[in-house]
Amino acid sequence: MTKSDEKKYLLTAKQMAQFVVDGFLFFDDLIPEELNKVVLQEEKELKDSGYDFWYKSQAIRSVFELPEIKGILQSLMGNAIYDHSYLHVVEGRDMKGRGHEWHYDSTYDVRPYAFDIQVFYFAHDAPAEMGPTLVLPGSHLRRINSRTIARYKNIVGQRQLAGKAGTICFVHHGLWHCSQPNYTDQSRFMFKVRFRPDQKQSRLFNIEGYDSQEVKDIFLNGSQAWLGDERKHEIVRRAKLWRYLVDDDLVDVTPESALQRMSI
Amino acid sequence: MEKTRQQILILHLENPDLQSKTVAWALYDGATPVGQRQMSPGDSDTPPYTSVLDAMRDGWNVIQVAQLPYLVHGHEYDTGILPFEYIMERKVQIHDEVR
Repeated sequence: MTKSDEKKYLLTAKQMAQFVVDGFLFFDDLIPEELNKVVLQEEKELKDSGYDFWYKSQAIRSVFELPEIKGILQSLMGNAIYDHSYLHVVEGRDMKGRGHEWHYDSTYDVRPYAFDIQVFYFAHDAPAEMGPTLVLPGSHLRRINSRTIARYKNIVGQRQLAGKAGTICFVHHGLWHCSQPNYTDQSRFMFKVRFRPDQKQSRLFNIEGYDSQEVKDIFLNGSQAWLGDERKHEIVRRAKLWRYLVDDDLVDVTPESALQRMSI
Repeated sequence: MEKTRQQILILHLENPDLQSKTVAWALYDGATPVGQRQMSPGDSDTPPYTSVLDAMRDGWNVIQVAQLPYLVHGHEYDTGILPFEYIMERKVQIHDEVR
């Protein structure tokens, strides 16, 4: 692969800004239909633990060898290190599967900016009634323990990751999420794999235009209604993460140049 | 003899004003029998009440108001759980045992 080919598959500055604002990126057109079918067949045939699917299925590993997928992981983490994975299966008409309450995966993460990536992949159509993962866009930078938020039920702006076969989402490890009931007669298969970085996550994507007005607008327009009075807190936190990702301590994507004004 | 059960409604608001907009909501219903579904994540995108005051007007009693954020210097921009949480209750009559 040439250098220009490698760059072609990297995330753009606008895509990365959207990741910083929402805590995830959603794609439904990257994986060939034939490959989705093979993965689904192997998911249905798995007799072992969900932890073993990554090792048993050549097809699932092929998904992560696609240049489009490798380019996204490269953009987010550089050389992505495999951490663990699991094939989640929710049978048809299962109204209360595992992980049904709001949570985030793991305990407090004290790294100031670094993040792991969890990939959620559906090899089959996953309409809302089948119960694909529910996430809260913009929740990824908040510091909580795993199930501190389990008594919450519904939050303005929550979004189900419903999509067609081949839907794949790249999720900041801090994003609040939960499983959903499966109202259909078909089993739902969601393959989840976690990767971690082995380097500083700076300037790994196509940073062209990272300080442009278009990118700033993504941050300015990216506030979520549920943030309420804390919307400016989150803007500051996102702007500081942006500085880390672009390795530029002067860029300021806050609406009132808050970082520069307060020298933070 | 009249039998009652407690319902707990938790509302999270935009800010500490009890008239400000609801941004999150949860209902725990003691009158719902074991095995019957309680309110669950993803059930609804529209809050049952627009604010705490709106719920009070419908008979809910506030039993806990949110403590105002205490800011530690150097951590003013830290965020975590939803900050403006109000817990309300009401008692409802039941006609049969619910267990």
